[in-house]
Amino acid sequence: MSLGLPATYGAQTRLLRRPADRWALVALIAGAFVVVPQIATDYWFSAILIPFLVLGLVGLGLNLLTGYAGQLSIGSAAFMAIGAFATYNFELRVPGLPLLVSLGLGGLTAAAAGVVFGLPSLRIKGFYLIVSTLAAQFFVTWALTKFGWFSNHDASGVISAPRLVVAGLDFGSPAGRYQLTLAIVVVLTLAAAQLVRGDVGRRWIAVRDLDTAAAVIGIPIGRTKLLAFAVSSFYCGVGGALWAFAYLGTVEPHGFDLTRSFQILFIIIIGGMGSIAGAYVGAAFIVLLPLAIDHVAGALFAGATDPSNLQNLQKILFGVLIIFFLVKEPDGLVRLWRDARARLRRWPLDT
Amino acid sequence: MAFFVEVLVAGLLAGVMYSMVALGFVLIYKASGVFNFAQGSLVLFAALTFVSLVERGLGFWAALGVTLAVMIAIGVAVERAVLRPLVNRPPMTLFLATLGLSYVLEGVAQIAWGAQVHGLELGITDVPFEIHGVFVSRFDLVAAATAATLVATLSALFKWTRAGLALRAVADDPLAALAVGIDLRRLWALVWAIAGVVALIAGLLWGARVGVQFSLSLIVLRALPVLIIGGFSSVTGTIVGGLLVGASEKLAEVYVGPLVGGGIENWFPYGLALVFLLIRPTGLFGEPAIERV
Amino acid sequence: MTAPAPLLRVDHVSLSFRGVAAITDISFAVARGEICALIGPNGAGKSSLLNVINGLYRPQRGSITYEGRARRAMRPRDAARAGIGRTFQNLGLFKRMTVLEILMTGSTLARRATLIEHLVPIGRARREELAARARAEEILEDLRLQAHRDAVVGTLPYGLQKRVELGRALAGAPRLLLLDEPLAGMNHEERQQMADDLVRVNHALGTTIVLIEHDMGVVMDVSDHVVVLDYGRKIGDGPPAEVRDDPAVIDAYLGVPHGEA
Repeated sequence: MSLGLPATYGAQTRLLRRPADRWALVALIAGAFVVVPQIATDYWFSAILIPFLVLGLVGLGLNLLTGYAGQLSIGSAAFMAIGAFATYNFELRVPGLPLLVSLGLGGLTAAAAGVVFGLPSLRIKGFYLIVSTLAAQFFVTWALTKFGWFSNHDASGVISAPRLVVAGLDFGSPAGRYQLTLAIVVVLTLAAAQLVRGDVGRRWIAVRDLDTAAAVIGIPIGRTKLLAFAVSSFYCGVGGALWAFAYLGTVEPHGFDLTRSFQILFIIIIGGMGSIAGAYVGAAFIVLLPLAIDHVAGALFAGATDPSNLQNLQKILFGVLIIFFLVKEPDGLVRLWRDARARLRRWPLDT
Repeated sequence: MAFFVEVLVAGLLAGVMYSMVALGFVLIYKASGVFNFAQGSLVLFAALTFVSLVERGLGFWAALGVTLAVMIAIGVAVERAVLRPLVNRPPMTLFLATLGLSYVLEGVAQIAWGAQVHGLELGITDVPFEIHGVFVSRFDLVAAATAATLVATLSALFKWTRAGLALRAVADDPLAALAVGIDLRRLWALVWAIAGVVALIAGLLWGARVGVQFSLSLIVLRALPVLIIGGFSSVTGTIVGGLLVGASEKLAEVYVGPLVGGGIENWFPYGLALVFLLIRPTGLFGEPAIERV
Repeated sequence: MTAPAPLLRVDHVSLSFRGVAAITDISFAVARGEICALIGPNGAGKSSLLNVINGLYRPQRGSITYEGRARRAMRPRDAARAGIGRTFQNLGLFKRMTVLEILMTGSTLARRATLIEHLVPIGRARREELAARARAEEILEDLRLQAHRDAVVGTLPYGLQKRVELGRALAGAPRLLLLDEPLAGMNHEERQQMADDLVRVNHALGTTIVLIEHDMGVVMDVSDHVVVLDYGRKIGDGPPAEVRDDPAVIDAYLGVPHGEA
């Protein structure tokens, strides 16, 4: 009699072991593609879903670097910026280049920059490493603003993003932008999940946890770290391009500042470092919380509060949440969710 | 030539200001091994509180006293709410916690005291005076003197008092320190309180210089290269590092800046710090970590 | 007939830390396929010696000759690639991984698939992953760790963690195993089993073993060759029986049983 348990190693190492989970994932993705465009409004697309997806993607990128490989980075916004501007320039200067190819090239440019700014990680460990990514953050924003070539010498400094046309289809509408973003995000996330489950992910974790031991079993520390920087920056770069093209509609260095880098860091702290899903949970939180605060404040105080105070309240709340998660649950919301689910599964046998 | 010296001197004095902020970091790092990202927010909070009290009619010394008390209270509260639960966690976690703390402090400061820019009068006239043909700002000199006094006091504290010795023990190994009976909680509360006082002094001086505004908290970003270059755990290092950063920043901006369009002072210190890190990872005066397998 | 060249030779190695000598002028040889025990009081420099052999420390003087190549020091990664496996006194485990994951990292050197290949669950990357999994399962069985396959290693008792660490070293199919107190933290029965495991690995796979150990019973039973260290110097070197009766060794380390002196 078969117990329905996965019988081969192949079956055991699948992404989601239980058929129920696999069907759930398929349903989720299918629903996101087909059902959501039917019911969501333009506002939802433009203000909630697209930023959620993009921030999740960038958070995923940072998670690969900081959560899995243990290399602290506060420069994710800089790599977003590089991705955005590189994609813009490829689109602009290479006629006839398909959008997806430009996106890929933009990501690769960001990846190359990631490797450059990741080189110090070969000599510097732990907390000191933030100097490198901070330097990247400041340098990149400065360079992109200073040198007009990046913005095609546009005097206003605000460039509008090129049209989103893939294979002849125009994805310019809110629903279209959503679907394009969703497609890219799904593909990249599945790729990341695959990467992380196998040897690459394990090497990253080994280097993070105890790099002397990692070296002793043959892991090339330097190459592993740089690979993390490269892959992470690729994701941040593609995310940045999507942020500019699919969300904002403009390409400018302003939104890729230190505050954005901190925001991404918060996403993975709250969502859960070292987990793929964590980035999306955190992103959802970051996107929805300000809206929730606005609504609650609006309901409670009926417009008597000053919007800047709400912003400050939000700041305080974020700060408290960060401390709370670091103290109580360093693995973030994802761990809380998993624990709850596990407990639910065992209930009422578990007392 | 005189111009060069002027820029140099201005840079050095600016560097002294950086050092003062960095001092707060060193304090906390020496005692708990934590890089307190919230130090900048503490500076802002201190300055804002003081200025708002003065604006509301409190006299200079009364306002100072109240702000002092508030800063010490914050120090104790932080120790209770943030440090204690996170004792013996990896430094990255603690750093991230101070990041969260900085957000809380900023949010509270702005709700409590508003977000406008305030002017701060300390009664020090900024009349430049001339030494051998070089113009030096009197204000900067006063700041430098204050910083020097602060540094001397803190160095003495660390070297010659029992509290100082205990602090160093705790920074090395909190659990071991506990084992020999050092009262961690009181010590940390003390340290954070002192850091608050340092923040207040730095806040007052910075506030008088640039006005008390939100961007004051970004000073922390200036202090980081200072710490990297000088060494996180060295008070002397902060001074040297500060001078180096201040001077090189100004000189670079004046002499190299025009070549690349200016504005390089934002990232130049970081580039410098990066170079230092690659050559001397623990900074000029820092202590190298001993790793035993 | 000349004896075959030793697998490992340590020649006049001296190591000091900031002027404090840890190891002074130590030379000995380890024959291929033998079990060599490194014994001596605490602080004698045994762990440092192992660290020198696999490249974690660079000696000020002397050389290590491994498989015919003489070097001042290898880099740890090169040592791994040359087939040297290592366990640590204070455990060098990746605390948050499960036992299975750790065993799978042990065979990371055998991977050839590139990054792109790792992006999809088909092809070479997948084959190598399944092979690593099979290897890990073998070791789980050999070392009786199956019950703990999915346990996060940081939550296991010290003795079990030691076994996992040995398993990880074995997963790399090493030709030379450097073990730092592999039996520490185990009760008597576990020690016997672990000693049996080591002998089995040595006999079945021909793996040369150099181990630091304090349990004299095990040392005498299991080893072919014993090297004794004291204050960083070698004070004994030979077959177990000979070393056991050496007066210098008895003085420094072994002592005599009560009632016999």
